[in-house]
Amino acid sequence: MELVEAIILAVLAASTPLLIAATGELVTERSGVLNLGVEGMMIVGAACGFAGAWLTGSIFIGALFGIVAGTLMSLIFALMALGLAVNQVATGLALTILGVGLSGLIGAGFVGERITPAVHLTIPGLTDIPLVGRVLFGEDPFVYFSLALIVGIWWFLYRTRPGLILRACGDNHVSAHALGYPVLRIRTLAVMFGGACAGLAGAYLPLAYTPFFIPGMTAGRGWIALALVVFSSWRPGRLVVGAYLFGAVTILQLHAQGWGVGIPSQFMSALPYLATVIVLVLLSRARTGGSTAPAALGTVFVPDR
Amino acid sequence: MQLVLEKRAERSNTIALISPLIAIGLTIVTMVILFAILGKNPLLALQAYFIAPLTDSYSLQEIAVKATPLVMIAIGLSLCYLANAWNIGAEGQFLIGAVAGSWIAVKTQGTDAGVWVLPLMLVLAAAAGALYALIPAICKVKFGASEILTSLMLVYVADLFLDYLVRGPWRDPHGFNFPTTAEFDPVATVPLLIEGGRLHLGSIIALLVVAAVAILLGRTIKGFEIRVVGAAPRAARFGGFNSNQLIILTFAVSGALAGLAGIIEVAGPVGHLQPGISPGYGFTAIIVAFLGRLNPLGILIAGLFLALTFIGGEQAQIAMKIPLDVTKVFQGILLFYVLACDSLILYRFKLVFPNRQVARGTG
Repeated sequence: MELVEAIILAVLAASTPLLIAATGELVTERSGVLNLGVEGMMIVGAACGFAGAWLTGSIFIGALFGIVAGTLMSLIFALMALGLAVNQVATGLALTILGVGLSGLIGAGFVGERITPAVHLTIPGLTDIPLVGRVLFGEDPFVYFSLALIVGIWWFLYRTRPGLILRACGDNHVSAHALGYPVLRIRTLAVMFGGACAGLAGAYLPLAYTPFFIPGMTAGRGWIALALVVFSSWRPGRLVVGAYLFGAVTILQLHAQGWGVGIPSQFMSALPYLATVIVLVLLSRARTGGSTAPAALGTVFVPDR
Repeated sequence: MQLVLEKRAERSNTIALISPLIAIGLTIVTMVILFAILGKNPLLALQAYFIAPLTDSYSLQEIAVKATPLVMIAIGLSLCYLANAWNIGAEGQFLIGAVAGSWIAVKTQGTDAGVWVLPLMLVLAAAAGALYALIPAICKVKFGASEILTSLMLVYVADLFLDYLVRGPWRDPHGFNFPTTAEFDPVATVPLLIEGGRLHLGSIIALLVVAAVAILLGRTIKGFEIRVVGAAPRAARFGGFNSNQLIILTFAVSGALAGLAGIIEVAGPVGHLQPGISPGYGFTAIIVAFLGRLNPLGILIAGLFLALTFIGGEQAQIAMKIPLDVTKVFQGILLFYVLACDSLILYRFKLVFPNRQVARGTG
């Protein structure tokens, strides 16, 4: 039972950065913008988040640093892809290349340093309940925040007027523009939200997952988050399921390595990436009848005057 | 104040030619600011980056050696991007090519295998790279899965596979437990062009690839189809061009070229298979492809320029203790400016002041 609890806790921790980053990207894509720079924004968020926490000794300020860093990165993307109408795929790639370099530059001075990771919740009595206690009442604050965030985003997208307008921009920017909605401004805000989430997701890694910074520590999680958005068919509910499934694959392969299954560790480490490919194929295949992607996703919009 | 884009009546050819130069200029200005922030003398840093590598024969050869994989990969990628197929997993195809070619080298090690070893390695590497690239291409064509994500995921898989081989079955028994194969035999090594130098046969192969693709794009129907499918998909449909077939073709060619570049790198400058054989060639080649405006000759020049930044970056690190990551930042910023300047070909940038806008009544 101890082991089951430990595995569930590890799965939640591994899933949280994926969930946060994917939530941000979901909103960005729902507004019609494809930002492939999630990995770059995440890794800069990780470097800045660690720097913030190390300098101030506060996990909260570290997280804020990550959010601000991710948002600033996303503003570069917004300027290019929305302001200058540059191809979104190429711009996103550029953002990732830039982010990897920047994070190395920012983080160089912090490699080898350690911080005290985010404390986990403890409620006397509740946290001690066997099996479920620590899973429900003993997580780090980011885990609760990520769940609150996705519920909030579901409510925003489907139950509020601004959410409806945002989705309208993603489905048909010409009509949204004709109705008088400022398409580019709405999209800029959505891109910034995506950047803030990616920055926070990146910061989660050195602040709560492992209490130190290593270059390249996001290890493709930003790309997996992008795949998760496709997996979710752009729906918040399915995003949660997808993120936890991926977290589970990651953790199970780690445990399988520990149990000494006769498979080389590299093959187990490749599982999450292979799983992504397989899931993308299966889902895209199941969906040949009609796409659930926002209709205007990734297309350039230059308002006519 | 607001930035507004105005579509040009027709694409500006002047700007199409000078936009990479504007981009490089803007990047250098940005780098001067970055060097100043890092507390380094910007002029000395620029000198170390861009001038010093051009002043001695060793560095000049080294630039050509670094440019070789960049140009070969970027030429392949340019075909994909022209056809609107987004292969961003060239890094993985490069590694798989290196692995497949190394297989022959490892298996024939110490035997009296003849001169056929190297040609066989090159062919096998190209074939493996092409097959590896066909995975995302087929997933795209058959199932509609995003080739961007699948090709990228396969980079991590290739990286882990190579890591497994050099730590496991292929590890050099006399290598003090380092994760590397034994040094390749001379028959499994790409010959040098200058005795005792660095320049090797791979650079000639890269030049042949540039020429071949220039002919393909400029003089053949296939090349025309690739360009039309990317630039005007509707027209291509009316023309009866099969865009799925072109996705498969461009992915296979770019995978083959990346695989070839991989084995040339391993059997040439490196001399054995080990992790970290690529400082991100597959990703830098994306920048090379765009900086070269997806044109073979442009890519050749862009490849040499980015190779210069690699060598300059190493020299700046040795001479001025400038971190190597500055090179990556430089490359990222360069790609941004290249893309932004490309926007100038199709649009005119205008600053609009809101109050004037109201006066015109167009709000």
